[in-house]
Amino acid sequence: MSITEVDVLVIGGGVVGAALIRELSRYELDLVLVEKEVDVSFGTSKANSGIVHSGVHDRPGTLKAQLSVRGCQLFPELAAELDFLYKQNGAVVVARSREELVELEKLVENGRANGVKDLSLISREELRRIEPNLSAELVGGLLAPSGGIVVPFDLVFALTENAVANGAKLMVNTEVLGIKEEKDGFFVRTNHRPIRAKLIVNAAGLYGGEVAAMIGDHSIQLYARKGEEYLFDRKLEGLVQRTVFPLPSKVSKGILVIPTVDGNIMIGPTAHRVEDYDLSTSLAGWNEIFPAARKLVPTLQPTDLITAFSGLRAVGTSGDFIIAPSIISPRFINAAGIESPGLTAAPAIAEYIVELIKDSGLPLARKQKFNPRRTVVRLRDLDPQAQAELMQKDPAYGQIVCRCEMVSAGEIRDAVRRGATTLDGIKLRTRSGMGRCQGGFCTPKIIRLLSNELGLPPEQISKNGPGSELLFGRLRGDRAKEEKQHA
Amino acid sequence: MLNTKAVDLVVVGGGPAGMAAAVAAAEAGVEEIVLLERQAKLGGILPQCIHNGFGLRYFKEELTGPEYAYRFMLELKKKPRIQVKTETMVVTITPDRQVVTTSAAEGLVCYQARAVILAMGCRERPRGAINIPGTRPAGIYTAGSLQYLLNIEGFLPGRTAVILGSGDIGLIMARRLTLEGIRVRAVLELMPYSNGLNRNVVQCLEDFNIPLYLSHTVTAIHGQGRVEKVSVAPVDADLQPLVEKGFDLACDTLVLSVGLIPENELSLQAGVELDPATGGPVVDSFYQTTVEGIFACGNVAHVHDVVDDVSAESAIAGRAAAAYLRGEIGGNRWLPVKAGRNIRSVVPQRIVVGQATPLYIRARFPEKNAQLNVGHGHSKRRIVSPGETIYYTVKPEDICSQEGFVRVGLEGGKVDD
Ligand SMILES: Cc1cc2nc3c(=O)[nH]c(=O)nc-3n(C[C@H](O)[C@H](O)[C@H](O)COP(=O)(O)OP(=O)(O)OC[C@H]3O[C@@H](n4cnc5c(N)ncnc54)[C@H](O)[C@@H]3O)c2cc1C
Repeated sequence: MSITEVDVLVIGGGVVGAALIRELSRYELDLVLVEKEVDVSFGTSKANSGIVHSGVHDRPGTLKAQLSVRGCQLFPELAAELDFLYKQNGAVVVARSREELVELEKLVENGRANGVKDLSLISREELRRIEPNLSAELVGGLLAPSGGIVVPFDLVFALTENAVANGAKLMVNTEVLGIKEEKDGFFVRTNHRPIRAKLIVNAAGLYGGEVAAMIGDHSIQLYARKGEEYLFDRKLEGLVQRTVFPLPSKVSKGILVIPTVDGNIMIGPTAHRVEDYDLSTSLAGWNEIFPAARKLVPTLQPTDLITAFSGLRAVGTSGDFIIAPSIISPRFINAAGIESPGLTAAPAIAEYIVELIKDSGLPLARKQKFNPRRTVVRLRDLDPQAQAELMQKDPAYGQIVCRCEMVSAGEIRDAVRRGATTLDGIKLRTRSGMGRCQGGFCTPKIIRLLSNELGLPPEQISKNGPGSELLFGRLRGDRAKEEKQHA
Repeated sequence: MLNTKAVDLVVVGGGPAGMAAAVAAAEAGVEEIVLLERQAKLGGILPQCIHNGFGLRYFKEELTGPEYAYRFMLELKKKPRIQVKTETMVVTITPDRQVVTTSAAEGLVCYQARAVILAMGCRERPRGAINIPGTRPAGIYTAGSLQYLLNIEGFLPGRTAVILGSGDIGLIMARRLTLEGIRVRAVLELMPYSNGLNRNVVQCLEDFNIPLYLSHTVTAIHGQGRVEKVSVAPVDADLQPLVEKGFDLACDTLVLSVGLIPENELSLQAGVELDPATGGPVVDSFYQTTVEGIFACGNVAHVHDVVDDVSAESAIAGRAAAAYLRGEIGGNRWLPVKAGRNIRSVVPQRIVVGQATPLYIRARFPEKNAQLNVGHGHSKRRIVSPGETIYYTVKPEDICSQEGFVRVGLEGGKVDD
């Protein structure tokens, strides 16, 4: 079996691995990103609140504080370059009583200590003026205008697509199984062919402890903290403009009301330690989230719910991100315990790791021709004139497949070319099936389109990888007919 | 500039409602009619309904879904004034009746219509909307999409299934899956009665020994890649699950038949007022909505038990649109319907004075030997069930226009048996 030889191997195609591989693709390096799932972003990075946090919450002096404030600053330009779905909508932390107002003042101090800009306290009246659907019982708020929202998987796809366009290799369905340190690097065993790398970055999310242990580093101890989230119909668009936070508790930022970039309203997340990595949602989760969210926005109705999901935060024992060379080898860098605000911090984590790589002695030379841009067609975001022109050029953009979200056959084809191989891969890249009918009408059509584009029989098309196939083959009558035709 | 075409009538949706409305409008003399359908073929949901039971009321004979649709396709063929555009999706309708469409064949096209008939049908309520806890594996289908995969695409979607919801599609799918060799372990129904037609309970479940668990629901879905089992529990009088009395059913497929929702996103764009009781537009005896010149019929207006009723109602809408284009309707005096005891919904919601109007009435709960009162008219009803439409045609003399409304109610029935 041939060996893939690279300068840097990044393990884990979540937002951290993706941001890093994109940052590294600015340099003259041979790079590979490996992901054990069928697609990038299928771990924690697809199932979270999608908030670009301002940085008011984090404890001053921590890596979390430093990197989330920096990450938040990087987002506007990054979004302009990579054309992912992001909006700087601002955040508001609300107080429900006089005592809580005192807490808000402390939070302002905390944020300022972290370097968060433009923080201000606002009165009850001002709060009602800017967010009229918030509960009348709220007595004041803290405004953080730098905060934003992002479609997290769209960010990961944008980062990896751009890295690949700049020469990085991406290997999905590739799980790192063992790592052996050699004279000038590492020999890495996977479920496919082996990889030899001069330097490794461990961005394996929940599995960061296992991956570190492969080189004998047992210092990374992680556990999972689950968060459930509930998503409401887009007809509620505009219910709140800003992301609404209650005052934080010891373990989490509380139950939030989040406007998504796509115009839905989302409420959540819970924060409970779990022993197994199962992603189920529960009645208990709903019963915790819904009443809490209603205290912020009393008009929310359960009948507008369209779906729910959960994600697992990889939490380290120190309470802070662990981003440093391993105690075992200076050329094995851990990026572990990247719980919230990991999504926000990811672009800054990438910069930070690049500095660590420089320190490790690996020579980094800037590429002459780095292309920072990625673009993608999103029919429903275009004005009618642009839509008409696009359809004239390529009729596939005129054929609508997902009616709820207005996604065309052309975009689905593009998604396959961008790397989607499963129904969820298409859904996350195009939004098809994410709307109010949740794929009732478009699923059969997407199975067909995927099957044609990938050249696979429909029964091999899966929801999100092996074991999640959607069909069990043909019906008896059709099978008999086909066999006759072949005879 | 967008390519804009002026036409008399645009019909949105080429299912049974849109086809019947277009045909009726053409017969009533409308010159230019455009019928828009997003699927490749006309017929809406009918082509996938390969079972029989269609046409008993309208054609007085028993047809399958495709046969029923075919009759209307033949009618359409005879009407060269109707331009049929398939694989054409309507993306916007404005209150002044501009209808914007997209298609691979023509790109973006805008029709400026003098009248519009909304006939978009309905969609199925998905899993998320009923908030079933658990994992999110493959193998969870709504009944209609499963029916499409099976009957149109010819795929075997699973081997062992549990069906949640005893609406008609759920019942019919129980039989259909069984005939294809898929084991249906149970049909579960949250309510203490089936929401489907009684004949379907008998012909689709009892004849095949498929157990129907009334007052039961799915409390959790299990399985990582594919569904492995579902947890089931009985519910109390408030429909809350009694988890301690629950049990698990192993299956690889969960079929959801938990309700249909009229697809009114376009209607809302057009400024049409919806009735919360039906989920469809508020219409008058002519099936005109609250926006002048915009009509609605079929399942977009309210969910029907049988397609025959859709055809009948849509013909009224088609003829009314023709009359509207001739300037014959408009400014009619109407009275709103007021729902009384045990009435969930009544369509039309506005009764035009002096106009005999067939009503589609739905009850809230089952009862026996009740009297249906509509204005001053009344009739006896032996069995009332939320799953079956109550029909009544209001006659002009049933209505007293001084009252300002028409009360509809069921009185004197016996609730338990
Ligand atoms: C409910 C919830 C809400 C959150 N909300 C926010 C928020 O609003 N804002 C915010 O900033 N952060 C938020 N977070 C945190 C954020 O989602 C995470 O910090 C971030 O996604 C972590 O990214 P990652 O790349 O470290 O991990 P992941 O996305 O889990 O990526 C790790 C990847 O490594 C792969 N992998 C593992 N082992 C191997 C191996 N051996 N070989 C190959 N590949 C491997 C995994 O399959 C996975 O894809 C939230 C988290 C949760 C759970």
